[in-house]
Amino acid sequence: MRAVKMLAAAVALFAACLLGGQADAAQINVAVAANFTDAAKDIAAAFRQKTGHEAVLSFGSSGQLYTQITKAAPFQILLSADQDRPKKAVEDGFGVADSRFTYAIGKLVLWSKNPDLVTNADTLSSGAFTKLSICNPANAPYGAAAIQTLKSLSLYDTLQPKIVQGQDITQAFQFVQTGNAELGFVALSQVAGNNDGSRWIVPQNLYAPIRQDTVLLKTGVGNEAAVAFMAFLKGPEARAIIEKYGYAIDAGS
Amino acid sequence: MAALPFEIWIAIRLTIALAALTTVILLIVGTPIAWWLARSRAWWKEGVATIVAMPLVLPPTVLGFYLLVALGPSGPGGIVAELWGARTLAFTFGGLVIGSVAYSLPFVVQPIRNSFEAMGTRPLEAAATLRASPRRAFWTVAVPLARPGFFTGAVLGFAHTVGEFGIVLMIGGSIPGKTKVLSVAIYDYVETMQWREASILSGGMAAFAFAVILTMTLIEKRVGRVGG
Repeated sequence: MRAVKMLAAAVALFAACLLGGQADAAQINVAVAANFTDAAKDIAAAFRQKTGHEAVLSFGSSGQLYTQITKAAPFQILLSADQDRPKKAVEDGFGVADSRFTYAIGKLVLWSKNPDLVTNADTLSSGAFTKLSICNPANAPYGAAAIQTLKSLSLYDTLQPKIVQGQDITQAFQFVQTGNAELGFVALSQVAGNNDGSRWIVPQNLYAPIRQDTVLLKTGVGNEAAVAFMAFLKGPEARAIIEKYGYAIDAGS
Repeated sequence: MAALPFEIWIAIRLTIALAALTTVILLIVGTPIAWWLARSRAWWKEGVATIVAMPLVLPPTVLGFYLLVALGPSGPGGIVAELWGARTLAFTFGGLVIGSVAYSLPFVVQPIRNSFEAMGTRPLEAAATLRASPRRAFWTVAVPLARPGFFTGAVLGFAHTVGEFGIVLMIGGSIPGKTKVLSVAIYDYVETMQWREASILSGGMAAFAFAVILTMTLIEKRVGRVGG
């Protein structure tokens, strides 16, 4: 008998939790390109504090996330690492046309945990390493930017055998973090918060700017919290966070 | 099939090479473990059996994480890699073999152990009375009698390695011809929405899995009938 009562109490408590969550603050699901992981967490926290709404974040490469969206993933907003996928989302009928804007401009950085390894482009041409980590260029814009950089420096052919690929920028970072690769092209946002290791911020003339667009998905139309999140992302609080992580803000938007 | 991109053939060849080498190593490593598990009376024997079986339950990400650290410069893998001037065993074919052996071990050990246990002690006792040395009895009596177990273990070990994904993704680094196996290639095709390639490969894998399981079931049935 006591066990039954306890079980009933547990069920009631669980139900209360579920219902309580729905009271007045809404919950939205946001698909976030992996490079923006840390900044998005901070933004979600600030958003929650200000509006009471909760933004639940899912991370992956832009390619992964976009594929999921085309298959009806339950996201209301996409924070991509490029412009193509949000554009395509609109063209393919998943995104809301006039909602698209550039929320951040990403910077590529060559990073190593070894404090003496990375100085500048010479680090790459010296070839004094065995593995260079990048993220999958087909899936992730930072991977494509890394390839562009190597090609601009005419080093792609010589360094190609040393390249290892992570599925998204988080994994590319992790390969360097665990020391399995001596160095790698990662997002500045991933190392902006510390001074560990050595780094070279890749000059902008070596790769096309990584303009990161967001788009409201059709599933978020009429969703108060989703609309609020898009507005918040344009606002000063979010911009301050975005800049803190080493991104540039689009002057035009 | 002729229209498949060249990179797919590379991935297929790599996958078969990985699975074949892993299976051979698993038979060599797994047989003594299975023999010991079947024969030993040590009280901690089931502890060892549990460790061998753990990959059945653990998410591949757990093994992937441990391997990433263990194969790297600060782990034992880095020390081994230093022998030929490398820093890590991650991103290498050898690293994938190590991961696959750990991951598929229970699929090989379990059936062989079962076969050894099923034959009981009498055949070996009989061999002993005929003055066969333990080693000779093992090779001429135990191994032939456990043939169905070896067969099942080899097929399962091979098939399971072909089907491996999570660990390879975490420690492989997607290098064509070295660590980009079929399952990772399929993942890439799906993520970049190359549905045609993805569906051809996925269909092939489904057919392969069907064939493996059906063949095994049929053979086990036949063996069972002959034995019984």
